Amino acid sequence: MRSEKLAALRSHLILLPFSLLMLYPVIWWVGASFKSTAELGEPSLWPTVFMWENYTNGWNFSPQFTFATFFANTLMMEVWNVIGGVATAALVGYGFGRLNFKLRNFWFSILLLTMMLPAQVTVVPQYILFNKLGFTDSYVPLVLPHFFGGGAFFVFLVVQFVRGIPRELDEAAQIDGASVYGIFFRIIAPLIKPALVTVGIFTFLWSWDDFFSQLLYLSSVEKFTVGLALRMFIDQFEVQWGQLLAMSLLSVVPSAILFFVAQKHFVEGIATTGIKG
Amino acid sequence: MFTLSYYYWFTIYRVQQSSTIYPALKRGLAMLNKKQSRWKITGHDIAGYVFISPWLIGFLLLTLWPILQSFYLSFTDYSLLDSPTWTGTDNYESIFTKDRLFMKSLTVTFTFVLLAVPIKLFFSLMVAILLNKKVRGLNWYRTAIYFPSLIGGSIAVSALWRNMFGLDGYVNHVLSWFGIEGIGWISNPDTALGTLILLNAWQFGSTMVIFLAGLKQIPKDLYESASVDGASKLRQFFKITIPMLSPVMFFNLVLGIINAFQMFTSAFIITQGGPANGTYMYVLFLYEKAFKQYEMGYASALAWILLVIIAAFTAINFLVSKYWVFYESDGGKAK
Repeated sequence: MRSEKLAALRSHLILLPFSLLMLYPVIWWVGASFKSTAELGEPSLWPTVFMWENYTNGWNFSPQFTFATFFANTLMMEVWNVIGGVATAALVGYGFGRLNFKLRNFWFSILLLTMMLPAQVTVVPQYILFNKLGFTDSYVPLVLPHFFGGGAFFVFLVVQFVRGIPRELDEAAQIDGASVYGIFFRIIAPLIKPALVTVGIFTFLWSWDDFFSQLLYLSSVEKFTVGLALRMFIDQFEVQWGQLLAMSLLSVVPSAILFFVAQKHFVEGIATTGIKG
Repeated sequence: MFTLSYYYWFTIYRVQQSSTIYPALKRGLAMLNKKQSRWKITGHDIAGYVFISPWLIGFLLLTLWPILQSFYLSFTDYSLLDSPTWTGTDNYESIFTKDRLFMKSLTVTFTFVLLAVPIKLFFSLMVAILLNKKVRGLNWYRTAIYFPSLIGGSIAVSALWRNMFGLDGYVNHVLSWFGIEGIGWISNPDTALGTLILLNAWQFGSTMVIFLAGLKQIPKDLYESASVDGASKLRQFFKITIPMLSPVMFFNLVLGIINAFQMFTSAFIITQGGPANGTYMYVLFLYEKAFKQYEMGYASALAWILLVIIAAFTAINFLVSKYWVFYESDGGKAK
C-alpha cells in the first residue's frame, strides 16, 4: 500500500507542475488582456491597474464595424456549416455503414484516401471554380463543401457508429414494412445522435479555426470572420497589444464554451441510447 | 469529462487499428479488376447511391475534378485573367532549377517536420503514460493538458505567441530574472523556426489522447505475467508497451507528418515567413504564389510536388511499418 501511495505522489509531483506549465500561457493571456502596453512585457500574471478599456476599445477597433459584426458573421457561417456537416455525415454514413450497393467498398476506400489528401492540391482549382461562378467574397465557398461530404473523417465516424447498431433493429422495421429511407429516418437517425453531436461540435471547432479558406475567399471587411478581423488588427501600423490579446481571448471563448458544454450532452447521449462508441 | 475527444480520437485510431484502410483498399482494387458478374441495378443500389450522393457529388466536383485540373494547370501559365497557356514542363523546370525560394521553403519545411513531429510524439507518449495511471484528479490534468490543443490552431494563439516571444515580450522578461539578456526570438533567423516548433509542440493534446486510447487497450494480464516472470518495469516498457502501442505510434506518425507539411497559420501570422525566409513554410510559399502573385499554374505545380512528397513519406512509412509495427491479429511481426 505504501508504495502505491508513493507512486501516486510521484505522479502528482510530475503532473501538477507540468499541467500548470501547459496552462501558464493561457493564464498569462487572461491577465495580459487587462494590461496596459507598458506593463505587457512584465512577467507578472495580473496587471496593477485593470484596463477594461482594452475590451471596449478593442471591440470597436475598426472605424466601420465592431466585433459584434465579426462574431455575427462567423456564427452565421458556423450555423450553416454545422447543418451541412451533420446532415451529410448522417446520410452518407448510413449509406456506407448499412446499405449494400455496387462498388461500395471501392467508394469507401476512396473516401478513406481523401482523408490523407493535402488540401493544397485542390485549393487552387477550387478557387478558380468559385471565382468563375462569382462566389468569391461570399460564404458560399466556405459553407458549400460541408454540404457535400467535405469532412470525410466525419462520414467515417458515423459509419463506425452505424456499424455498432444491432442489425436486428433494421430487420424488425423491415418486417413491419419500413423502407430503407424509413429505417434511416425513424431508427438510425435517432440512434446516431451522439455521433452527430460529435460531428457538429468538431465541424464548429474546425471551421472556426479554418483561417486559410476564410483568408482566401472573404475580402470585404463587412463579411470578415473573427479570425480575419484579428488579422486586420495585427496588420495595423501600431498594434495595440493589450486590445489585440483581449479580442483574441474573446475569439476562443465560443470554442471553449462549446467544448465544455457539449461534452456533458455527449456523455448523456451515450448513456441514454446505451450505445458505446 | 474527456469522453468526447477521447471517443473522437479513439475512432481515428481505430481507422488504423482495425486496419480498415488496407483491406478496404484491397477489396476496392480487387473489385475493379474482377469483372462483375451481375451488373443488374437493384433497388438497394439506388438507395445506396441516393444516400452517398452528397459525398459522391462533392468528391467528383470538389476533389477529383480539382485534382485533375490542378495537374493540367501545373503545365500552364495562368493568371486567372486570361485563359491558361500551355507551357509544358516550364513550371517544374524553373521550380527545380531557378527558384531559390522553393529550395529555401523546402528546407525550412523539412526542418520543421523532422523536428516538430518527433518532439510532439515523444511528449505526447510520455504524458499519455503518466496519465494512464490511476491518479486522483486525472480529469483535471487531462483538461489542462488538452486545452492548448483545443484553441491551438487559431489565429488568436498566434497573436499570443507573437507577443510572448517578442523582443520586449514575456519570455525575455523571465530570462532577465536569471541575468540572461533575451533576443528577439521571432526576429532572429536562428530562433524563429524554433518558436513555431515550440508552439506546435504545445498542442500535443490530440496526439496524446490517441496514445492514451491505445494504452488503455493493452491487456493488463500481459504486465502481470511479465511481473511474475521477473521482468523489470523498463523491460516491460520496451517489450510490452512499445510493441503493443506501435500501431498507434504509426498512425500518429503518419498523420503528424501529413499535418506538419501543411502548417500555415502560425507561420503566416507570427513570422510572415521571415526573418530572412527562415520560417518560409512550403504552404506559405504556395499561398503567395497563387493568391498574391496570381501565378496559378506555378502554384499548381507546387501543390503537386507537395502531394508527391507527402505521398512518398506516407508510402515509406507504410513500407517501413512492416518492420516495427506489431499487429496482434497477425500473430506477430510480419516479415
